[in-house]
Amino acid sequence: MTTPSTPARRGGPVAPPGWSRWLVPPAALSIHLSIGQAYAWSVFKPALESGLDLTGTQSALPFQLAIVMLGLSAAFGGTLVERNGPRWAMTVSLLCFSSGFLISALGAATSQYWLIVLGYGFVGGIGLGIGYISPVSTLMKWFPDRPGMATGIAIMGFGGGALIASPWSAAMLDSFGSDSRGIALAFLVHGLAYAVFMSLGVLLIRTPAARVKDEDSGESARVPITGHGVSARSALRTPQFWCLWVVPCMNVTAGIGILEKAAPMISDFFAETDTPVSVAAAAGFVALLSAANMAGRIGWSSTSDLIGRKNIYRVYLGVGAVMYLLISQFGDASKPLFILCALVLLSFYGGGFATIPAYLKDLFGTYQVGAIHGRLLTAWSTAGVLGPLIVNQIADRQAAAGHSGPELYGLSLTVMTGLLVVGFIANELVRPVHPRHHVTPPDAAPAAPVPAQKEAAAHDDAR
Amino acid sequence: MTTPADTTAPPPRRALTAFAWFWVGAPLCWGLYELGVKAAQLFTG
Repeated sequence: MTTPSTPARRGGPVAPPGWSRWLVPPAALSIHLSIGQAYAWSVFKPALESGLDLTGTQSALPFQLAIVMLGLSAAFGGTLVERNGPRWAMTVSLLCFSSGFLISALGAATSQYWLIVLGYGFVGGIGLGIGYISPVSTLMKWFPDRPGMATGIAIMGFGGGALIASPWSAAMLDSFGSDSRGIALAFLVHGLAYAVFMSLGVLLIRTPAARVKDEDSGESARVPITGHGVSARSALRTPQFWCLWVVPCMNVTAGIGILEKAAPMISDFFAETDTPVSVAAAAGFVALLSAANMAGRIGWSSTSDLIGRKNIYRVYLGVGAVMYLLISQFGDASKPLFILCALVLLSFYGGGFATIPAYLKDLFGTYQVGAIHGRLLTAWSTAGVLGPLIVNQIADRQAAAGHSGPELYGLSLTVMTGLLVVGFIANELVRPVHPRHHVTPPDAAPAAPVPAQKEAAAHDDAR
Repeated sequence: MTTPADTTAPPPRRALTAFAWFWVGAPLCWGLYELGVKAAQLFTG
C-alpha cells in the first residue's frame, strides 16, 4: 500500500509515515515459517508409500526436486526479486508454494503421482527459492544497524517451519487417514492454510524510506538504502564471492554430516557401553539438534553484529573443527560430551546459514544482496549432496570392512574436520571488495550517502 | 524502533505490530512445545 507521500517505486512499496520496522520481521517470518515445511516432507513418505504403492526412493522425489528448484530459482530468480521488490517475490512464493500443494492434492486424489512430483517438487520448489531470498535485502535495509539479527530472525523461521509442520501434518494424516483420499485432503488443507498464513507477509512488507530516525537514541540519520554496492553480475567476478561460497559450503557439509546420521550415530557410539541409547532417546537427540540449529540461527547471527562477520565465521569453522576432533577422539567415552559437541556444531550450522546474508551485505552492499545471496545458495545445494555422500559412503565401507560402533564414523569425522579447516582458510582470504566493482544504482536516493563510519565499519568487518 | 523522521506524530501501529507477531509467534510456540516434548525423550526414553 502506498500514499502520495510514499510513492511506489521500482523495488516494491515504500513504507508510509509511522511504519514500524518491527512489522517487517513478522512479514518475513510468515513466509519462512511456511516454506520451512519442506524439511517436514518425511511425514508424508510412509502414507504415500502405502497409499499410492510407492518405493522409498519414489516418495522422496518431490522433496529432492523441491530442493533442487529452491537452489535454481534462488540463483536465477534473485535479480528478478531485486528488480520487482519483496512484495512481488512474496506473492510469487505464496502462489507457487500453495498451488504446489493444490496440484499435489489433485495428484493424490486421482492417484497420479507425477502430479505430486510436478506440484510439490517443481512448482512448490520455485516458491521455496523465491520465498527464501524475498525478505533478505529488505530486512537489512530496515535494520542497517543489526543486519545479522534481522536476517537471523527470518532464516530461523525456515528452521522453525519444520517444527510446526511436522506435528501438524502428522495430526492431519491421523485425522484424515493415510489412504490417497486422506493424503489429498491433507495437501488441500496445507495449500489453503499456507496461502492464508503467507498473505500476512505480502500485505505487511514495505521497503524503507531514505530518512529514518532511531527512536532508541533519538538521533535522525540517513541510512544506506541502496548506496554504493556491487551488482550480482560483478560480484561473481570477485574472489570474495568464491571465498564466501567455499565458507558456507564447508560449514553446511560438516553440519549435514552429523544431522544426516544423528540418530544412528548416537546409537552406534554408545551401543557397547553400559548406557546404550534407545530409539526414543535417539529421536529426542535429533529433536534437540533441531532446537540447536534454530537457536544458532538467531543467536549466532545476532552475535555477529557485535563481533563482526569474519570473526563469527572463525568461531563456526575453528571451534567447529575442534568439536569434531573431540567427538572423534573422546565421543564414545562421555555421552554428555558427545551431545554437547553435537549441539554446538548444529548451532554453528544454523548460524552459518543466517549470518551469510549480512556478510554479503558487508562486502557487496545492499544494492543486489538478495540476488547475490541467491547465487550463493548453490553452495547449499552442493553441500546437501556432499555431506550425506561423505558420511554414508564412509559408514557403508567401514561396515562392509567389519567395523562397528564409533569406528563407522571415525574417518568421516576426520574428513569433516578437514573441510572446516578449508573453510577457515577461505574465510581468512576474504578482503574488502575493490572499489572498481562498486556501482551507484540508478534509483539510489541522492541524499542518502553511505556514512563514512558505516562504510569503515563494513570494511573492518570484512577484515 | 524506527520511524520516518520527516512527519509529525505518525500513528504507532502498536496493535498491528502485536497482531503480526502473534500471527507468527503462536504457531512457532506450539512447534517449540512439541519439539520440547520430543527432546525430553533423550533424558527419559
